[in-house]
Amino acid sequence: MSAPASHALRDNLTMLRRNLLHARRYPSLTLNLLLTPVILLLLFVYVFGNVMSAGLTGGHADRSEYVAYLVPGILMLTVAMTSLGTAVSVATDMTEGIMARFRTMAISRASVLIGHVVGSVIQTLMALVLVLGIGLAIGFRPDATPLEWLAAAGLMALVSLALTWLAVGIGLISPNAEGASNIGTPLVMLPFLSSAFVPVDAMPGWFRWFAEYQPFSPAIETLRGLLLGTEIGTTNAVLAVAWCAGMTLVGYFWSKARFSREPRR
Amino acid sequence: MTTKQTKQTTQTTQTTQTTQRNEPGLAIAATGLHKAYGDKKVLDGIDLHVPTGTVFSLLGPNGAGKTTAVNILSTLVPADAGQARIAGHDLVAEAQSVRAAIGVTGQFSAVDGLITGEENMLLMADLNHLSKQEGRRVTADLLERFDLVDAARKPASTYSGGMKRRLDIAMTLVGGPRIIFLDEPTTGLDPRSRHTMWQIIRELVSGGTTVFLTTQYLEEADQLADRIAVLDGGRIVAEGSAEELKRLVPGGHVRLRFSDPVAYERAATALRETTRDDDALTLQIPSDGSQRELRAVLDWLDAAGVEADELSVHTPDLDDVFFALTAGTAAPATTAATATKETAR
Repeated sequence: MSAPASHALRDNLTMLRRNLLHARRYPSLTLNLLLTPVILLLLFVYVFGNVMSAGLTGGHADRSEYVAYLVPGILMLTVAMTSLGTAVSVATDMTEGIMARFRTMAISRASVLIGHVVGSVIQTLMALVLVLGIGLAIGFRPDATPLEWLAAAGLMALVSLALTWLAVGIGLISPNAEGASNIGTPLVMLPFLSSAFVPVDAMPGWFRWFAEYQPFSPAIETLRGLLLGTEIGTTNAVLAVAWCAGMTLVGYFWSKARFSREPRR
Repeated sequence: MTTKQTKQTTQTTQTTQTTQRNEPGLAIAATGLHKAYGDKKVLDGIDLHVPTGTVFSLLGPNGAGKTTAVNILSTLVPADAGQARIAGHDLVAEAQSVRAAIGVTGQFSAVDGLITGEENMLLMADLNHLSKQEGRRVTADLLERFDLVDAARKPASTYSGGMKRRLDIAMTLVGGPRIIFLDEPTTGLDPRSRHTMWQIIRELVSGGTTVFLTTQYLEEADQLADRIAVLDGGRIVAEGSAEELKRLVPGGHVRLRFSDPVAYERAATALRETTRDDDALTLQIPSDGSQRELRAVLDWLDAAGVEADELSVHTPDLDDVFFALTAGTAAPATTAATATKETAR
């Protein structure tokens, strides 16, 4: 017997409120994770900017060109970093005694996870606004139309949703916060092996194939196209959406299966 | 012949199941619960029957399987074998209905430490689908009743052990559960908090709630429980009221005190099997405390024409029962007690 739909909806909202309350009381985890993309943004623009831009433009150094290239990549890196926070907070939550209480209450079980996911996506979008603000402050000048902005926001929400569901699964298989952070690291490393910092053309041939088709590059290229009007290419757009849909489904069913297992003693 | 027998067996089984299903007045009815973790048998076929509105205590040493029993009955973990009905609902098929009827306070604090006590209570109100207004009212009521008003706006992680436990139980009560599971509710609490907790449990029962309590403290079971089951090594080794259990083990006696040395001597001669204490002028006669044995002692005294100044019946306390029934023997405890007394002297 499952709870009526209205109860399930209310449980989701209750759990969402709980997670947002946690985030508001203890924002340090999210803020710490935000630090990495912001520092990388400043480092790559002001320290490596001239050298990096020379590679992009074919010789002459132009820092502002590199800002334009980098910011979409940093935005996706932000999404990845904040999803790591989800893995850590889910792992921590699972070690809490209150989880046993939730399991013995007549509530929608999925609401525990859905609360985490929706809460994380909201936090990620807020983090993105912050990082984008810094980007604009250091000279990022997108030429997107309102519709393109909307599409860009939708894309980032989609990537965030996909990574967050995976992160929930990672959090559920981790014995504790440290474990979640370790297991989640490969996910956070992926943006570094994508077209976030340099074009994939600049990479060795054997590696280019991986860099081009892994989840982040298509998403970053699509985001660049939406914000800056560069060529997106149907492959990238389709791949980005397909990756997101795939990761969301895998993460969702994996998390659900893990959560309904017998709790650890 | 063989076929007929099989048929009969099947019918008997069906009858048993029907009986169990329709058994009125039972808050918890469990039969043949088994649970193993790996090759370690934690519960080895236990039956539990708890009438509605009573306190049932599962008493046992550490590792006896008490928490596992609570976890199974509260739908937290599935049993390997066996059946149970909680508040009339099947534990497996109607888990969600069972959950709606029960409240659980586990051994480890089940509060959200990151938010305040009040927020914890409101969270429970929301999850019990109470209206905003009703949720606020219940929260205010329970915080008041459990003496948590002053700490209501502080994060639960800053609470002391006793406060956390009180918040824990208050949270359990938000949904008005008919059956409450309390897994070692006073373990780790100081004596004052323990007595507060006992008071809380008594109030719950007077309100008609059924309480299923695990404890390793004999005094606690003695104080609170209508019925006690002693769990040891995954099996129930004894069950009954505290008094019934005490009668199971030897050690009970009738004590006669005299002020007149002559009467004392005459009684000592007239009665067999007595233990003398010449300094205190008291005699101890082994007895199970039953009416028949008491009458026999009185008849002997009448026949000898002596009158004791005081007659008292001493039944063994639950400690005796516990050590006699659970894996250890009474000897270590007795030695320990004696040693303590001697040290005290």
